[in-house]
Amino acid sequence: MAAIKHQFGLDRSLPVQYLLMMKRLFITRDLVSYGNQALNVVPAITQAAPVTFSLVIGAAVIWVVFSVLIGLLAVILKGTIFDPLLMILALIGISMPVFWLGEVVNLITQSPNRSVIFSWVPPLGYVPITSNPWQWFLHLIFPWLTISVLYIGFYARVLRANLLDVENEDYVRTARAKGLSERRVLIKHMLRTSMITFVSLFGLDFGVLVGGGALLTEVVFGLPGVGKLTYDSLVKLDLPVIMATVIYGAFFITIANALVDVLYARLDPRIRPA
Amino acid sequence: MAEPLLEVKNLKVSFRTEDGVVKAVDGVSFTLSPREVLGIVGESGSGKSVTMMSVLRLINDPNMQVEGEVIYKGRDVMKLDKDQMQEVRGGDIAMIFQDPMTSMNPVYRIGDQIAEAILTHQDVDKRTAHKRAVDLLKQVGIPQAETRVDDFPHQFSGGMRQRAMIAMALANNPDILIADEPTTALDVTIQAQIIELLDKLKDDFGSAIILITHDLGVVADIADRIAVMYAGRIVEFGAKRDLFYDPQHPYTWGLLGSIPRLDRPKTARLHSIEGMPPSLISPPQGCKFRPRCPHAFEKCMEEPELVSRVDKRDHLDRCWLEPATKRVARYQTIEGGQAA
Amino acid sequence: MSTNGDAPLVEVESLVKYFPIKSGLLSREVGRVHAVDDVTFSVREGETLGLVGESGCGKSTLGRTVLRLLDPTSGDVKFRGRSIAKLRRRELRPVRREMQMVFQDPYASLNPRKRVGSIIAAPLQIHGVGDKKERRKQVQDLLQTVGLSPEHYNRFPHEFSGGQRQRIGVARALALRPKLIVADEPVSALDVSIQSQMLNLLDDLQEEFNLTYIFIAHDLGVVRHVSDRIAVMYLGKLVELSPAEELYERPIMPYTEALLSAVPIPDPDLSDQRERIVLEGDVPSPINPPSGCRFHPRCRYMTDICAQVEPPLVDYGNGHLAACHHPLNVDKETLDRVKVSKLHTPAAADESAKPRDTSGESPGSGHLEV
Repeated sequence: MAAIKHQFGLDRSLPVQYLLMMKRLFITRDLVSYGNQALNVVPAITQAAPVTFSLVIGAAVIWVVFSVLIGLLAVILKGTIFDPLLMILALIGISMPVFWLGEVVNLITQSPNRSVIFSWVPPLGYVPITSNPWQWFLHLIFPWLTISVLYIGFYARVLRANLLDVENEDYVRTARAKGLSERRVLIKHMLRTSMITFVSLFGLDFGVLVGGGALLTEVVFGLPGVGKLTYDSLVKLDLPVIMATVIYGAFFITIANALVDVLYARLDPRIRPA
Repeated sequence: MAEPLLEVKNLKVSFRTEDGVVKAVDGVSFTLSPREVLGIVGESGSGKSVTMMSVLRLINDPNMQVEGEVIYKGRDVMKLDKDQMQEVRGGDIAMIFQDPMTSMNPVYRIGDQIAEAILTHQDVDKRTAHKRAVDLLKQVGIPQAETRVDDFPHQFSGGMRQRAMIAMALANNPDILIADEPTTALDVTIQAQIIELLDKLKDDFGSAIILITHDLGVVADIADRIAVMYAGRIVEFGAKRDLFYDPQHPYTWGLLGSIPRLDRPKTARLHSIEGMPPSLISPPQGCKFRPRCPHAFEKCMEEPELVSRVDKRDHLDRCWLEPATKRVARYQTIEGGQAA
Repeated sequence: MSTNGDAPLVEVESLVKYFPIKSGLLSREVGRVHAVDDVTFSVREGETLGLVGESGCGKSTLGRTVLRLLDPTSGDVKFRGRSIAKLRRRELRPVRREMQMVFQDPYASLNPRKRVGSIIAAPLQIHGVGDKKERRKQVQDLLQTVGLSPEHYNRFPHEFSGGQRQRIGVARALALRPKLIVADEPVSALDVSIQSQMLNLLDDLQEEFNLTYIFIAHDLGVVRHVSDRIAVMYLGKLVELSPAEELYERPIMPYTEALLSAVPIPDPDLSDQRERIVLEGDVPSPINPPSGCRFHPRCRYMTDICAQVEPPLVDYGNGHLAACHHPLNVDKETLDRVKVSKLHTPAAADESAKPRDTSGESPGSGHLEV
């Protein structure tokens, strides 16, 4: 026991313990799991990260495209029955818990007596894009959609609200007075300025998901990503792994925020340095 | 008078609200001749902006209802389809607005926004449009237009932005330029610059101008004819000199008397129009100005028509008072009792 | 304008207010906005001092600094002879009761979630005046004083028009029976017909409560109507200070002349006849104000000296002060008299930004006495 304690440096003072762990995490990269000493933490994360990236990037593409489409559509259809209908749909999307939706999807697409429509769905798990892109896509399509449903609903509502705000701006009136078509006014003048809130939200959410926030989805669909790793280590209270995944997450959230700031300046020239 | 360029006939604009129907514009008719400067004067809520926005059909409110005709080049603008309307907007009739700070899209370069107006209405390539934008900026007096054309709106001062807005509006040589309070948000020295600029440009571009303002001082310089609006109607309409030197409606007198004047000795008290503008949901019976008018009498319970009551055919007003009575009554109001 | 030799109610001495512009991680100061730069004047009790200038000239900042809503960078403000520039918050409280402000925007300056009654009662409550019932009575009286009905007590601001809201703002300012009211563009958001009602009301209140006003506005017509004396500001500097009528009859500073000529006159013939001086360009940035006379880049009388030497504020007699190398409307005699005193001014070409020592100025320019 004492030997193990010494091996992990647990007999030292707290700050030294912290520094030791950081050193083993970043410099020597030989931090090992408490539970399973064969599991080297750093390679475990490097292996899990591509899975999470595949999942989150794919989902992000879907949710950005669809939420923009739905947001725009809601504004175009404002005053008709379709606008509130779309917003109710969005609300339903937001309200569905990811794990529940995931299980339902699995029930429909994975059960032995599923309908023939879903016969192409591969079993749960992950295939790297490098080994078989098509299988990679098939394995991920339902996880992508499951994550997206929540975000599409949320982002579509935010975008619609922003667009309606912007619609009352003087410069939109100016654009109309210039004789631009409604489509051009909407896409070029309204959407661009409305994207500012959208982008900042996106940066945060994307960072959180890449950093392991897609935990539930990964668990439900059996994807060996960072979320799954975090989940497993949490169950076993495996501190070095938890530590590593948290730092990994923090890293991506910070990166995402920095990227958002850069994008901000591209979207809004007023915050560019003079 | 030449063939009118624009003819507005009995325009009515109302908005359904929770409290009732707001009659923002209630039967406005006027004509505009080519190259003329028409001043529309009124306070907030008088319907002056709504009138002109409706001419371009720029109000996008499902609760709005519009009646009446707007005849431009023999066609009723109110009946044009979407594409035809877009051709009129910015091509034949252009508009600039009150607040130059918010009237340009903050995320696009000034030059691109002007070029966009050109590309929408003319069949030219992007480079030509950009070059034309530079020329326009020069014409409206932006220094170093070649480099400033690539600035963003926030890099321009208020006065410069309004100049850029004017450049954008004139980009397609419109027949009519509607200017909605173009100087209200600007300092008095900049206001003088902008009015002078409009005066010069109307000759350069051959456009007629409709100048909407609450300030009679602004139209005194530049307008040919002036319409005074109150509670959704024109209450007096006439040539500039007639309106300033022989005003027929007590509301016009009140406006003239309320302005602290630099050209006259200081008076102890300013004339003020008592009370507030009436509700547009349930306006007073008869003359809309009656509740605030010190000269109201029984007949004012009946709404007066907008007709000529003096010997000038083009000088119209909505007031039952005898012209002779008015000549006496108005001095007290306008001159603060100085002259008799 | 009263001419009894009363001590001034407010004395502003070499007041400076800079706003630092910070940048970078360490918030290093990279520049300063010269909002108010060495301004000296005084206001007598019962007087109205008009403060005019274009946007960005520092007139609002000056008004707020006089009330200590902003802390001065240097210089002093005296209220009834007592310096308030460095008073602590607690010491300031009794002084605050006597100085109130009326704001420009009647839509933004009233809390939309509070009833009119509690908005007006707030200053009374803060200063612990009366009990609840007494305060209610006082507020209802105030409502009546400003031309509203006591029944409006329980309404919300959005139920009122712009003019009525501004009356509420005035009632709030009057609640503590102040001596001084700084009115920052109180009528510029109002329609012409409502504006004149408001100006007449302010006039009546001044008489009734013996108020002293500092009236900030950009409209020279309005300022002339209400003011006994007028101060003209340009880019943080006081460039002319004069009895009201005299300023309009014979402006000395070319900027004042241009400002007056830009005011539209609602009379087509007069408007045609008069000479219009349209100033070129915009007001320069107050971060890097022009050297010498700050107005020189836009001035049509500009000569070399204007760009090099900052003109001191000189007394041309009759309480009419101006800061200009090429004064207008001044007869030769006065000019000679003033020139003699000007020799005492050190040729200070290099002192563009830092606050000047007023002792170097001509006699009579530091302080006003009438």
